[in-house]
Amino acid sequence: MIPLSHYLILGAILFALSVTGIFLNRKNLILLLMCIELMLLAVNMNFVAFSHYLGDLSGQIFVFFILTVAAAEAAIGLAILVLVFRNRQTINVQDLDEMKG
Amino acid sequence: MTFEIPDFIPVIPELFLLGMGCFILVADLFIPQARRDITYGLAQFSLLGALLLTLWLAAPEVRITMSGTFVADPMSDLLKSVVLLISAVVFLYARPYLMSRDLYQGEFYVLGLFGVLGMMVMISANSLLTLYLGLELLSLCLYAMVAFNRDSTQAAESAMKYFVLGSIASGVLLYGMSMLYGITGTLDIAGVTAGILTASGEFNMALVFALAFVVVALAFKLGAVPFHMWLPDVYHGAPTPVTLFIGTAPKIAALAIIMRLLVDGLGPLHADWQGMLLILAVLSLAVGNVVAIAQTNIKRMFAYSTISHVGFVLLAVMAGTTEGNAAALFYVIAYALMAAGGFGMVLYLSRQGFEADNIQDFRGLNERSPWFAFIMLLLMASMAGLPPTLGFYAKLAVLQAVVQVDFVWIAVFAVLMSVIGAFYYLRIIKFMYFDKPEDRTELSRGMDFNVVLSVNGLLMLGLGIFPGILMSLTAAVR
Repeated sequence: MIPLSHYLILGAILFALSVTGIFLNRKNLILLLMCIELMLLAVNMNFVAFSHYLGDLSGQIFVFFILTVAAAEAAIGLAILVLVFRNRQTINVQDLDEMKG
Repeated sequence: MTFEIPDFIPVIPELFLLGMGCFILVADLFIPQARRDITYGLAQFSLLGALLLTLWLAAPEVRITMSGTFVADPMSDLLKSVVLLISAVVFLYARPYLMSRDLYQGEFYVLGLFGVLGMMVMISANSLLTLYLGLELLSLCLYAMVAFNRDSTQAAESAMKYFVLGSIASGVLLYGMSMLYGITGTLDIAGVTAGILTASGEFNMALVFALAFVVVALAFKLGAVPFHMWLPDVYHGAPTPVTLFIGTAPKIAALAIIMRLLVDGLGPLHADWQGMLLILAVLSLAVGNVVAIAQTNIKRMFAYSTISHVGFVLLAVMAGTTEGNAAALFYVIAYALMAAGGFGMVLYLSRQGFEADNIQDFRGLNERSPWFAFIMLLLMASMAGLPPTLGFYAKLAVLQAVVQVDFVWIAVFAVLMSVIGAFYYLRIIKFMYFDKPEDRTELSRGMDFNVVLSVNGLLMLGLGIFPGILMSLTAAVR
């Protein structure tokens, strides 16, 4: 049987990867959206692992809700991405610097 | 297996708003552009209907329903009423601006109504699941509303920034929640509190780890320094009515989840989160007030002023006493009223093809419209915290709560920072009264706009002279 700590470490690594991805990536907005998805999946990993080891179903129910919300979030994120591209013909993160102060 | 039918009565205001939101979404498809007023009227009807239902169903006892995921108590009744009332005012202020810019679409109202529904769910959350769902319902609506003006590059850019940073905050909050769930074995907020009490000692490290994630996420949502980067850009780039919406009611909802999750749920860890909130509050007060001085765009200036007001709210929550919590509620309600009026004035000055988003646009307002210059004077005095306005009593209540828990130096620091902050509010008053207007275009708005904006400004004075009305309400619910 795989101990709980393995799952938690995997979840933490995925979460850390996604956060580093968001902060290191300076080129592409789509990569940013993928990192956000990865972040939610890392959380799902934690919830499922805890739910299994606690023998409590509510964690897995939470995962269903997170997956649903993540889908809605991706839809809105991509819609805004299309808007950004239509307005400036680029999805480079560094070009998003019109407002300063 | 038995299926228990939940008690739907406490949820009626939410159900009503949900039903009306769906109805307007469909009905709007069959309403021609020229008759868009029908959509507006329906939206106002749903908000005011939900407000009446909330007031009608308000009761002094705590009602938990929906398998323990939903709670209605005096605090939720008060905050929901204020959120609904302010949202109705926001819709009213937004109308002339939207009409003059070809943005008078049903989607604005549908998204706004679902956002309000999200706020109501947040305010009534009794489990981590409802809290998250309410927060996401609000956030998703706000992302879309910021991008509402499709042809504006600024709006698209700020929507993207808001979306990315807001999603990170949600991810961080979820990670913290998953740790809390792992430690306590339940999603119920009361259960989390009980679980912490039995688990502390053994899992102290893990609890503080989870707590740090939760606090960071809440600071992101509120816009506290150092997690404030999105706020000025979003306020600046979003269409002014949307800025008005973001800057008012969601702050109340954000404080509500701080009350539910941090103060009630993680109450046993107060010693641990007190220090975190203290740092956030001190940094917010300093950065918000100092950076606001350098702004020339009034929406950006209000953004930094929001950051400094958030500092005050966090100071009150940090105290961890009943007085502190009541002061935080009082402050956030007062702030929402002030911000609604402030942005309302920006909308009052805007017209077709002209955004009054520069501080200079207030020059000589006294000559153009003495009455509304006076209203702006009251609003600015209240934001600066000058007596006898509402803002003064809000700050006073917070400082009292902070001094009571022996953080005298922090109170002194907060006062110093508000003195610095007074500079940029008073500068607007100076522009209005002592400068000559460059632009003498006739200012005219509908009767409803003028009346509500006047009442909004006069409330600053009225509630400032009789602060006991609002203070007793907030003190009674904590």
